[in-house]
Amino acid sequence: MKLPDKQISMEDAIAHIGDGATVMLGGFGVPGTPFALIHALVRHGARDLTIIKNDANEPDMGVDHLLKSRQVARLITTHLGLNGRAIELMNSGKIEVEFNAQGILAERIRAGGAGLGGFLTDIGIGTELAEGKQVVEFGGKTQIIEPALRADVALLHAARADSFGNLAYVATARNFNPLMAMAADCVIAEAECLLPLGGLAADDIHTAGVFVDHVTELGSLSEEYAVVQR
Amino acid sequence: MVARAAREIQPGMVVNLGIGLPTRVINYLSADFPVCLHTENGLTGIGPTLPPEQADRNLIDAGGAYVSTLPGSAFFDSATSFALVRSGRLDLTMLGAFEVADNGDLANWKIPGKFSPGVGGGIELAQKARRVVVLTTHTDRAGNPKLKDRCTLPLTARRCIGRVFTDLAVIDVGPNGFHLVETAQGVSVAEVKEATGAPLIVPDTPLPSF
Repeated sequence: MKLPDKQISMEDAIAHIGDGATVMLGGFGVPGTPFALIHALVRHGARDLTIIKNDANEPDMGVDHLLKSRQVARLITTHLGLNGRAIELMNSGKIEVEFNAQGILAERIRAGGAGLGGFLTDIGIGTELAEGKQVVEFGGKTQIIEPALRADVALLHAARADSFGNLAYVATARNFNPLMAMAADCVIAEAECLLPLGGLAADDIHTAGVFVDHVTELGSLSEEYAVVQR
Repeated sequence: MVARAAREIQPGMVVNLGIGLPTRVINYLSADFPVCLHTENGLTGIGPTLPPEQADRNLIDAGGAYVSTLPGSAFFDSATSFALVRSGRLDLTMLGAFEVADNGDLANWKIPGKFSPGVGGGIELAQKARRVVVLTTHTDRAGNPKLKDRCTLPLTARRCIGRVFTDLAVIDVGPNGFHLVETAQGVSVAEVKEATGAPLIVPDTPLPSF
């Protein structure tokens, strides 16, 4: 037996993303953000997207390219502090923004990937983040029902992958990537280094390839992946 | 005040330092002090901050600063990172503040109409760390008190603050309001009272200064 080959070109991987799709993007700041796949999505041009990402990157980086090209209708996120354009678009009503507490966003995605409908939490009780949410008494406590979150597509960044789509991340580039890898109908990973089968030791794999649909190798890394000079 | 706040950290603690002023506390922790610093984006065991020329592009803290690891550091995903926070494994967090009320309410994420970048991990840190302290200037840029009888801005979490470190004083939040614990050198009790927007309980005994 032999594990299937999931290598694909970036363009082919992105091609079937339709207008109105919900797209998860890995990354927390620069580390783990799939910059090349985001550029491919800009070139592809799908519009009216719902983007799920921890943050909106910084001006002229990552998510910001999708905001500039006006492909984003809705952003589900935790913090936009480093991207003034995202805040402007939100304040002028040109994009809809749903803020989640960071760990709640992570857990909603984890629940989506685990085949669960949602979970109970007391996070945000007594604050405006709880407004409009369904509340139940359970376990002697007032708790919010947080629904699981899934997407049509997840775009991920890994340091290393093999041709079956097994993924390994480095340092703080892991963040949301392994969670989103389990929570979308179609999971596309870009990898800095794409190895043949057996190139990643089974014990060193962070996301099992069974969750990944397509894997594509990055050539030389663009400036966006580099250390940010502030 | 940052140096005074650093003394709040006890050996063996797991600590999260919030973005802004609290991050500077790291400069007052010596290389052999036993503590485990956590950052929300997936690291325990934060090492010294690095300049861009020495930085690893994949290694940042939640504020985007380039940091390093220590022997024993560990990386994990964002769900694990907040499992750590929500399940009570964080002994202490130090946060910034727009307003602290004398019942312990904290507002530090939104000024309606002016500043609404999102809450990030702040709610979970404020609500779930075993001890939550604030590190802030005593007044805002316009000179208005940040310590008040109630918060007027959207809350981050209710009744979460144990202690406040400012440029003027160390103040505890007790069951019946703000208690003055220490004053900064050269600052009188009257000055602290004047700059505080809620009643301040002052002990009869002489106060230490920092």
